[in-house]
Amino acid sequence: MPLSTASNFSKPDDAFRLIVEAHRGLSDEQSASLDAALVLILANHIGDIEVLRDAVTQGKRRLAENSSSHTKAT
Amino acid sequence: MAQQTTTQFGYRRHPDQERPTNNAAHHPVVIVGAGPVGLSLAIDLAQRGERVVLVDDADRIGEGSRAICFSKRSLEFWDRLGVGRRMVEKGVVWSVGKIFHGDQQLYQFNLLPEDGHKMPAFINLQQFYAEAYLVDRVQELPAIDLRWRNKVAALERHNDHVALTIETPDGPYQLSASYVIACDGARSSLRGMVGADFQGQVFEDQFLIADVKMTAEFPTERWFWFDPPFHAGRSALLHRQPDDVWRIDLQLSPDADAVFERRPENVRPRIARMLGHDQFDFEWISIYKFQCRRMARFVHDRVIFAGDSAHQVSPFGARGANSGLEDAENLGWKLARVLCGQSPEALLESYHIERSLAADENIRESTRSTDFMAPVTKQEARLRQAVLMLAKDTDFGKRMINGGRLSTPSTYETPLSTPDADTWSGGPRPGASMPDAPLRTRAGAGTFLTDAFIAAGKTFTLLQFANGRAADVPDAVQAIQIGADTDLIDASGAAETRYDAQPGTTYLLRPDGYVAARFRHLSRAAVEAALARASAVS
Repeated sequence: MPLSTASNFSKPDDAFRLIVEAHRGLSDEQSASLDAALVLILANHIGDIEVLRDAVTQGKRRLAENSSSHTKAT
Repeated sequence: MAQQTTTQFGYRRHPDQERPTNNAAHHPVVIVGAGPVGLSLAIDLAQRGERVVLVDDADRIGEGSRAICFSKRSLEFWDRLGVGRRMVEKGVVWSVGKIFHGDQQLYQFNLLPEDGHKMPAFINLQQFYAEAYLVDRVQELPAIDLRWRNKVAALERHNDHVALTIETPDGPYQLSASYVIACDGARSSLRGMVGADFQGQVFEDQFLIADVKMTAEFPTERWFWFDPPFHAGRSALLHRQPDDVWRIDLQLSPDADAVFERRPENVRPRIARMLGHDQFDFEWISIYKFQCRRMARFVHDRVIFAGDSAHQVSPFGARGANSGLEDAENLGWKLARVLCGQSPEALLESYHIERSLAADENIRESTRSTDFMAPVTKQEARLRQAVLMLAKDTDFGKRMINGGRLSTPSTYETPLSTPDADTWSGGPRPGASMPDAPLRTRAGAGTFLTDAFIAAGKTFTLLQFANGRAADVPDAVQAIQIGADTDLIDASGAAETRYDAQPGTTYLLRPDGYVAARFRHLSRAAVEAALARASAVS
C-alpha cells in the first residue's frame, strides 16, 4: 500500500490540535523528545518500510523547499 | 597482571632456504598469517588433500583474549576440521543475552531457542585457546608446513605464480606459489604489496576492554547496559570466558586519554563500581577505536585476502573472527577444486562475490549497533532514548534496541546457486547454510545431520528425504538419505520441518555446507546441471 496523502481524518483540525496541544508548555528539548517517541510509535504502527521510506522522502523534500523559500524571503 | 597463556614455537630452518634465489621452491598454496583464519584454512585444504605452506612473522600465539565469541557456524566448520569438540568442551556455552537501561532489565533474548543442534549458538573462548587447538591439529597433518618467524618482505605478481621474499632470523629466501592467501590481519602488509586500498568509516568513540579474573555469581549470559549506574551516560558489556575470566567492555568518550585510562590503577575503580567489589585481578587491558571498512576486491589474481585483512567491523556482534572463519570455509573447497583441476579459476571469483556481500552485511549491521551505542547527533540521541523508554513496556521498542546483533551466516546471492523451480514454504533456500537436525541411526544411536555431512565426505552432497525409490546419484557426489527404511531416521521430525521436506525432497549441498539447489523430485539431469553451476564448470 503506497503512502496516502489524501485527507484521512474526518476532522483534520482535531488531529492537528491534538499534536499541537501535546507540545504546549514543553521546552524545545522536551518537544524534540516527544516527537522522537511519536515518530517511532507511529512508524511501528504503519509497519511498512516502503511507506516509511516514502514518508521520509516527502518530509525531506518539503524541508528542502522550506529552507530555499526561506532563503529567498530574507 | 597475570601471565597469559602463550604458546611459544621455535623457528626452524627449512631446506627451501638453501636454494639459490633464481631457483626458488614452488608450492601450490602459501598462507600468510597463522591466526584463526589462516590456521583453519590450512587445515581445511590439507583435509582436502592439498599441501600448504603456512608462514607467520611471530613465533608464538598472540597475547590477550581478543576475539572471544565463536558462533554456531564457526563451530560447525571447526567440527569438520576435527577441533569442534575441543573448542566446545573448553568454551563457555551461552545463548541468553540481557539488555539493561540504568539498573532496569529491558529485554532478554535466546539465540538458540530450539533443541536438536549439535553445536551451541555461541561459545566464549579466548582466541589464544582457539589458536592453540588449531596449531595442535595442524601438527597432526603432515601436508601443512608451518613456518614461524617467516615474514613476507616482498611480493611480486606474475601470470602463473606469485614470487615471495621471506625474511627469517637466518636472512631472506625466495618462495614461489600458485596462490597466496593473505590472512595477515587488519594491518595486513600484503594489502599494501598488491596496491589495494582499504576504505571505510572511522568511529571516534573509544572502548576499554578489561579481562578480569574472579569467582563470581553472575550467570553465563551476555549482559549489556545502556547508561548503567556504574558508568553514567555510556554503555557497558559483561561476558564470561573460561577459567573464571570475565570480559568487560566499557565505552569511553571520544576525547578520553587512552594512556591514562588503560592504567590498571585507573581501570580498577570503574570495574569495582560495576561489580560491587574489588576482588579481581586483571588478565588483559586494552583500549581500542575501530573502523568499519573492506577491500574493494578480495581476489587480486593469485593473491586472495581472507579475514581481517579483507574486512574490519566493530566488535559488537561477534562478526570479526566469525566472518573470517566463514571466509576460510568458503575459500577452502573452491581453492582445492581449482588446484586439482576440477574447476576453473572462475570459481574463485565466487569467493569474492559471496564474501564481499557478507562483509557488506556485517559492516552494515555492526555500524548500526555502533551508531545506536554512540549516537552521532542530538536528535539521534533523542531517538535512541525514546527507544529505550518505549522498550520498558512495548514489544516493538524492545526489538528496536541494538546492543549488538549477533553474527548469523549470510545467505549468498550467488551465481553458484540454482534458483528454486518448485514450491517451498520453508527450509534453507539456495545460498543459505544447512541447518542442523537431530537424527537416529538404524541401531538407535543419536546423531546429527552435521555428523552425517562430515561422514559423507568432502565433496558435494545430496541430502535426500527417501521416497522408497533407489536414488540415481552422479558419481561425483555423496549422498545422505533420511527415511524410515534408511540408515538415518528423523525420529523427531525436526529435519522434515527444518527442510520443508516431503518424500523425494532433495537438497544439493556444497562442500562448505551451503545449499546449491533443491528439488521436490530428484532428476539426474537437474542435479548434474546444478552441480556444474555450483562448481563453475558449466
